[in-house]
Amino acid sequence: MVIRENFENNLNELKRKINEMGKLSIDALEKAYNALETQDVEIALKVIEEDTDVDNLENEINQFAIWLMAKEQPVARDLRVIIGVLKISSGIERIADFAVNIAKATIKIGKTNSLLQTTHLEQMKELSILMLQKALQSFSEEDIVLAKEVSELEDKVDQYNVETYKILTTYLSEHPEETNQLVQLLFVNRYLERTADHITNIAESAAYLIKGQIYDFNQ
Amino acid sequence: MSTAVMDRSEIEVNQNLAGEVLSQMKQTKEAKASKINVKDLNLFYGEKQALFGVSLDILENEVTALIGPSGCGKSTFLRTLNRMNDLIDGVKITGDIVIDHENIYKTNDVIKLRTKVGMVFQKPNLFPMTIYDNVAYGPRMQGIKNKNELNKIVEESLRGAAIWDEVKDRLKTSALGLSGGQQQRVCIARAIAMKPDVILMDEPTSALDPISTLKVEELIANMKEDYTIVIVTHNMQQAARISDKTAFFLNGEVVEYDDTDNIFSTPKDQRTEDYVTGRFG
Repeated sequence: MVIRENFENNLNELKRKINEMGKLSIDALEKAYNALETQDVEIALKVIEEDTDVDNLENEINQFAIWLMAKEQPVARDLRVIIGVLKISSGIERIADFAVNIAKATIKIGKTNSLLQTTHLEQMKELSILMLQKALQSFSEEDIVLAKEVSELEDKVDQYNVETYKILTTYLSEHPEETNQLVQLLFVNRYLERTADHITNIAESAAYLIKGQIYDFNQ
Repeated sequence: MSTAVMDRSEIEVNQNLAGEVLSQMKQTKEAKASKINVKDLNLFYGEKQALFGVSLDILENEVTALIGPSGCGKSTFLRTLNRMNDLIDGVKITGDIVIDHENIYKTNDVIKLRTKVGMVFQKPNLFPMTIYDNVAYGPRMQGIKNKNELNKIVEESLRGAAIWDEVKDRLKTSALGLSGGQQQRVCIARAIAMKPDVILMDEPTSALDPISTLKVEELIANMKEDYTIVIVTHNMQQAARISDKTAFFLNGEVVEYDDTDNIFSTPKDQRTEDYVTGRFG
């Protein structure tokens, strides 16, 4: 007989909702970048509008997790799953907010001669999405190797971030007429760097669930 | 970038602080002396072996919880600590239990041992006498006759068991008129009256309502300043709340013995994990 089958199902349901939330934020990042690339304000507006779905899901997950803690008084691994879910949901919510910020930057840039190709922002976006997929998989499948890979990928994002900053500021000093677009791209550079930081925190939560130790991959 | 750098350094500072606090906590724990040292203890009820090679070091002024499913040997183990099992026919014990450097199975003075190691049972088992006489019973048996001295012991013991204020005006009435939770605290007072070093508790709150349970738990947490407490409990949250160390028993063996926070957050043995998360069976 499986004891606490109901509780087990609830924990799986929480994990499923986290994955669902993760997929929504990956989708938001993809769309936001696509809007930036094609200077498509319609898509940008859609990203802003759809952020409510992520916020609602975060609320739902938090309420569910709090109720489970009160009802089941979880300990050990069960407790770590719930703590992980609470921290990860807040991380994913922030990531979706960065997608919204990128969408807003897109609207501010408007229609102009795009300088996006001179930067590493696309690589940063691609790496961030890969990191988020790995971090979520690490949590749901309890795979520590994936969590460690996430922290390695973050170093690459940081590297691209520094390079992009140099490229954009150098360009800015030579082409002050492009200030509006360049400042917005500098912001996007910053948003993507922060996105990768939050994803690394998600990987830390996964590592905490798996190993029961607190990790700091950001160092 | 600057905010990111600040975030990280803040995290570092917090982690260093947390690390310092943890290591200080560890040092305090390590500083505590061993009170009861159990080495390779085996116990047989006739042919049937109930305890298998139990070794535990129970520290002074700590609460040690014994947890495990029914029939795992935790109550049997608890009773070996003041030789209550001597009263059962056909019990054979091998191994050593040393309390304060004295092997308790090599002494003939069991009365002295049970004075030093008191016990509180699952159900309140007060004598059909007044509250006062219940608490004074042990000291009187020890030969204390002086009324003032007895008054002092009764008051101190009832205060120690956090029940004085509730019973001070009815000391001369029957103890059996008290509520279950009050009776259990008078039982604790009766144990304290013998001035023991160690108090053994066998599921002391399992017959109590939740509020009385919390009162007894609070009492246990306060009592450890003066006593070494070993408690058997089926309530795992209770073990988590009140104990410093927890031993998980299974089929007469100690599967895991560690700081309580480790047992309930990161147990090392899968069987412990399955038990504390309620997936056992």
